[in-house]
Amino acid sequence: MATVPQIAPNPVPPAPEPVEAVQPKKMGRFNVWDTPWFNTRLLVGVGIITVILFMGVIGPIFWDTDLASERNLEARRLPPVGFTSIRGVEGTWDHPLGTNNFGHDMLAIALVGAPNTFILGFVAASIGMLVGIILGFTSGFMGGLVDDIIRLAADITLTIPALMVLIVLNSVFDRIDLLTMAVIISAFAWPRPTRQIRAQVLSMRESGYVRMARLSGASNIDIMFKEMLPNLIPYLFASFISGATGAILAAVGLETLGLGPQGAITLGGTIYDAYTNLALSGNLWWWWGVPTILLSIMFVGLLLINLGLDEIANPRLRRGKK
Amino acid sequence: MGKIPLSYLLRRLTITFLTIWFAATLIFIIPRLAPGDPISAMVGDMQNAGSDTENSEAIIQGWRERFGLDEALPVQYIRYLGNLATFDFGYSINAFPTPVMAIILRALPWTLGLLVVAMVLTFLIGNFLGAIMVWSRTPRLIKAIIPLGMVFTSIPSILAALFLLYIFAFVLGWFPDSDAYAVGEITPGLNLEFIGSVLYHGTLPALAIILVSFGYWALGMRGMMITVEGEDYMQLAQAKGLRPFYVLYRYMIRNAILPQITAFAITLGTLVSGQVLVEYVFQYPGMGRVIYENILAQDFPVIQGAAFFLIMLTALAVLFVDLIYPYIDPRISVGSIE
Amino acid sequence: MSTTDKAKNTVLEVEDLRVYYETPKGDVRAVDGIDFTLYEGEILGLVGESGCGKSTAAMGILQLIVPPGRIVSGEIRLDGVNILDLDEEGLRKLRWSKLALIPQGAMNSLNPTMRISQQIEDVIRQHEDRQKRKSKQAVKKRILELLQWVGLPERIYDMYPHELSGGMKQRACIAMAIALDPSVIIADESTSALDVVVQRVVAQTMLKVKQATGVSMIMIGHDMGLMAQMVDRIVVMYAGNIVEISTVEHMFRNPGHPYAQLLIESVPSLKERKPLKITEGITHDPRNPPPGCIFQLRCPFVMERCRTHKPVRQEIRPGQEVACHLYEKQEDGRYIDVRDVATNS
Repeated sequence: MATVPQIAPNPVPPAPEPVEAVQPKKMGRFNVWDTPWFNTRLLVGVGIITVILFMGVIGPIFWDTDLASERNLEARRLPPVGFTSIRGVEGTWDHPLGTNNFGHDMLAIALVGAPNTFILGFVAASIGMLVGIILGFTSGFMGGLVDDIIRLAADITLTIPALMVLIVLNSVFDRIDLLTMAVIISAFAWPRPTRQIRAQVLSMRESGYVRMARLSGASNIDIMFKEMLPNLIPYLFASFISGATGAILAAVGLETLGLGPQGAITLGGTIYDAYTNLALSGNLWWWWGVPTILLSIMFVGLLLINLGLDEIANPRLRRGKK
Repeated sequence: MGKIPLSYLLRRLTITFLTIWFAATLIFIIPRLAPGDPISAMVGDMQNAGSDTENSEAIIQGWRERFGLDEALPVQYIRYLGNLATFDFGYSINAFPTPVMAIILRALPWTLGLLVVAMVLTFLIGNFLGAIMVWSRTPRLIKAIIPLGMVFTSIPSILAALFLLYIFAFVLGWFPDSDAYAVGEITPGLNLEFIGSVLYHGTLPALAIILVSFGYWALGMRGMMITVEGEDYMQLAQAKGLRPFYVLYRYMIRNAILPQITAFAITLGTLVSGQVLVEYVFQYPGMGRVIYENILAQDFPVIQGAAFFLIMLTALAVLFVDLIYPYIDPRISVGSIE
Repeated sequence: MSTTDKAKNTVLEVEDLRVYYETPKGDVRAVDGIDFTLYEGEILGLVGESGCGKSTAAMGILQLIVPPGRIVSGEIRLDGVNILDLDEEGLRKLRWSKLALIPQGAMNSLNPTMRISQQIEDVIRQHEDRQKRKSKQAVKKRILELLQWVGLPERIYDMYPHELSGGMKQRACIAMAIALDPSVIIADESTSALDVVVQRVVAQTMLKVKQATGVSMIMIGHDMGLMAQMVDRIVVMYAGNIVEISTVEHMFRNPGHPYAQLLIESVPSLKERKPLKITEGITHDPRNPPPGCIFQLRCPFVMERCRTHKPVRQEIRPGQEVACHLYEKQEDGRYIDVRDVATNS
């Protein structure tokens, strides 16, 4: 192959100014509102949940929550304000959301029941997450037989419909309080976080920065807490919300069957009362309607948060917005 | 298409077996955690709940013999497992001497029927909608249904059931509010009237399940279709000049649906639980009503038998899907050359 | 083989093809006005560094450009017909039967849920005449024939893609590409993802196919060494423009364009040690190409003229076309390299 003749490079004339350069769009000032954490769904979802929680916290200050359990024979079967019941009775501001068969005030029920529902969901989800983190990390790091056993346990727990076992349990033990129930439900809340965290650990183990950490002598615990956990945060949030949703779902299921926690007023339990007292055919629609609508709003809110978190955790979903 | 490798088969069978065994053990242990003799406690509770148990002594004796309650716990356990294997769940306390299994068998066909129909429709409708979402020529109206469906998925099926029951059965009166067919008016049989009645009564319960589930599938399928669209084999399919519908079906849908099937198996447990509650709301004579009625009656053997049966059913359904999967996705069944 | 010798048949003519990609800050000019001709029975190599637009050009010819890319202008004449004018159905019919593709990543180019036989069969079936439907046996026979041609064992017929090795998958793609006896096959980096040994096998298969069927091929790649063994002519692209089209001999013995020279220099040689040549200058913004020669910012021989006038491709000697101001046409029709003049004077 012939070589290219040696050149004496000419003095290079300066490159011209781009004549009709396309003016690049002005870089907007770095907009703090642009971070992915502020996407619509997340905000709306958080908004909804906050409002409900707020109601639950502030409500009792302004409204007498004893009305939820006090029988008020005079004010029975009142519809919500603005409505007239089949019996021709009109709603009053004394009981804005109406009353049930026994005269219990629906607004009070809502103000007590909603927080109870949340507490149950969050406690169960928290326990589930904690267990999930521990087992997920263990499974991911240790591998081998430990990993197999944990995975097997998770698979089995996932396959078994939680409600069935909970039904058996709650029918035998009929005096269960709210917190105990939350703990019991958490027994079914751990597999998903465990799986998720395990998957993340496995994929992160082989990633560059973890390897670097290991090479520089960091211990496993260090790696876990300083490298992996911070990156897991969006996933953990999403997992928590999913877990809470699932727990509330299980709880509502039990409550509507009459197997809910004793002593605590719950939205599901209210539905049970309404249903068994024939509120449907008796046209006391607000009795089951208020808790049902409230629960629906809650679930929608939780879903929105979940979807919003999904967008953060998975940037690919950010494009292609409707 | 492909065949099932032995290792896969064995693994799936083992897991299913372990799941069922674990559930059985749980159901064995739980009643025995409560203080006292489970049977006396049951009978006692029932009497408190106001049921008529004249022959309580006979019941207790019958149970004791059957389940060896006098014997040590491990022995009880073995006998229990053995009984389960023959589907012997004991007797109903309320309806003694009716065996629990008889009660289950009466309700089971209704549950299965509703479950299968709702399941199949949800899967088909959901995935179909998800698939056409990607097509540019789908009308906007239909595309708008998906986000709505997504919102619906957050609502548990019982709540949807309550709404539907109230609006369409009580207020509008378009659909019946209970039972699986017009009991007393129509005799069950393979005639048009009966089948029509069944469909009519089953519409709202099925709808309750479908409405809250289809959105999930639609979204998933849409996502998968987008993923598949970006795959290299799609580009080659287009370069090959194949007909558009053929490409849509054989190259896109056929590949996009695979993860959906796997995901489906995971949701079976939730589906079964949800359906039980829907049946309860609609007083549909399936397992849901059985469980509810017996919770009221505190008839534990029935509750436990029904619960276990449903768990077993779910585990078997998951196994079924797992076994079918290799036939559809050849990557699972056969290994590679290299 | 000199191109000016015989009056060869033109199979594919590309004229002023432009493919731009829309971005928020302007159009990226991936392919910015290229012209070339593909003659019957030849293998044309298309080389250039990553991002030079060679793959995009191929996709443009195959009309597989998806938004945000679009074909802005140009004509692509296959057997005389401008395929850019065809309607959907016309294009579909022409695809594969006249113009086929051997894709880059055979790893993922085969449908994972279809057997190899089915993947070849569907293209045969969907392009055949309704009246002249072949029997099942005839199709099967043809497929087995094709597999044999590319050196694949018969048992591949019933297998799924994931059961095959990389080289086998690539050869299956080759078999598929020749199934309908097309006039043109475009091979887009078909050996890039394979290891050297397998590469050789696949390359030989492709040569064999060409020799036997007389199909014309465009081979896209960046491995100059491989190109040298396989192609008849080479097209060198830089930043969406063609800077040189030469026969293999000319390209490797005396590459005309400075960029082509750099490419050739980069091929490692067993015989001599060569220092790693680091090109000076910077690359331009693909949205905003400089006026004049496209290579001016990196060219070691850049002149004033290059800044303002875009060089036209000229045949500086039989079998070598270069777009560069270094080559000036004399009155007698021959071309001289201005550097020679400069050195001499």
